[in-house]
Amino acid sequence: MRFVCRCEEVTEEEIVRLAKEGYSLEEIKRMTRMGMGLCQGRTCLRIAARIIAGIQGKDLSEIKLPTSRQPVVPVELGKLNEAFVKSKDE
Amino acid sequence: MKNYDVVIIGGGVIGCCVAYNLSKMGLKNVLVIEKDYLSSGSTGRCGGGIRQQWGTEANCRLAMESVKIFEQLEEELGEDIEWHQGGYLLLAFTEEEEEQFKKNVALQQRVGVPVRLVTSQEAKEIVPALNVEGVRVASYCPTDGHANPSKVTIAYAKNAKKNGVDFLIGREVVDGIVDDEGGNKVVRGVVLDNGEKIYADKVLNAAGAFSREVGMMFGVEIPTTSYRHQILVTEPLERFFDPLIISFYHHVYFRQEKAGGVVMGYGDPKELPSTKVNSTFDFAKTMAHQILDLMPVLRDVRVVRQWAGSYNMSPDAQPILGTVDGVEGYYQAVGFSGHGFMLAPAVGRAMAEMMLGKDTFVDVSYLSVNRFKGGVDTSEVAVV
Repeated sequence: MRFVCRCEEVTEEEIVRLAKEGYSLEEIKRMTRMGMGLCQGRTCLRIAARIIAGIQGKDLSEIKLPTSRQPVVPVELGKLNEAFVKSKDE
Repeated sequence: MKNYDVVIIGGGVIGCCVAYNLSKMGLKNVLVIEKDYLSSGSTGRCGGGIRQQWGTEANCRLAMESVKIFEQLEEELGEDIEWHQGGYLLLAFTEEEEEQFKKNVALQQRVGVPVRLVTSQEAKEIVPALNVEGVRVASYCPTDGHANPSKVTIAYAKNAKKNGVDFLIGREVVDGIVDDEGGNKVVRGVVLDNGEKIYADKVLNAAGAFSREVGMMFGVEIPTTSYRHQILVTEPLERFFDPLIISFYHHVYFRQEKAGGVVMGYGDPKELPSTKVNSTFDFAKTMAHQILDLMPVLRDVRVVRQWAGSYNMSPDAQPILGTVDGVEGYYQAVGFSGHGFMLAPAVGRAMAEMMLGKDTFVDVSYLSVNRFKGGVDTSEVAVV
């Protein structure tokens, strides 16, 4: 068994199966949680894109990657609250 | 030239659910057009809550029918939708809210919603991690719940496909084809962004945040306005609370999803109308401040992702469903005002029945656009 998304433990096999059914990367992400864990898809999304492109006979540039979203690294709610309190004090 | 009985504009939960119900009732010659990917708009971005605690009798009935369908939906569709019937806990912090909750709960109980008022102490027993300081009263309905909006949408689509419905993904409808017959408009189909024309006897506008723009393609004025709502999710934790919790006072709702993350949204009362769905640092800071007041135990829990979606608001915060006088063949299911996902199973079935000329299994006639002709009734206040 080969894992593509380590955070959410999504296997190559599962991505291949869904790609064969015609689902897009965005849809596979939502069906499997691939790329939704702690690292937010840093490793897996490009690998998945290549797998999907290969199976669906598309060019890699045709596979739309999900939007990169903040925060860049996981941030504690407590730290965000400190920023809130500080911005109110200023 | 392609010809369909029904073309549905929008591959969100409403469009896919109507398509599924049409196919289940025997109509197979149906096309769903989605410009991005299934659930890419408001549906896939929403909080995923499913509640029956509403401020009007008709809304309660519609929501109750929806919950009945959700309760057996995994079995019906043969797919995991992360349904979790963990209830809804609504918190009242002001005297005014307390009065409103008492009125709402009396009405909800009369209609048959299994809801009750609970003290702050009981609320603390239901969710031990909750800070109940300042809570005057709460209302709790254990049969409310939540589910995964994208999974529900894709499960509906998959079953619709199995039944013979066509899906066109990645193409956008840019215009309507409408004939004028003696002063009456008759819908003939749609034009796609590549110039292709698709003909249809009936067209359903299920375009979510873009419902108003799609309505205009058919000469229909829809009184809806879209607003951005931001949301975030934390790293996964062992399940430590079941209900979806709302504090209208904090403009906040939050729940723990199946994967363990706490999903939370803050409806900024100062947000201006737009269809933008970008994220802001201001939201992240404010959200953190509000949630730590309600659940201080989350202080060291990390946020992994934030995003945003659209509430397509109608003048009375209720959906606009059905036909439009003078535009034959045009149907709409729009203006869900932030609660389209939870109403989708019931609305999807009723809309399919309506489009096939049948009586609807639950009354939705009160949600016709015609209700705004005599002014706006703002009795539904329970929206965040």
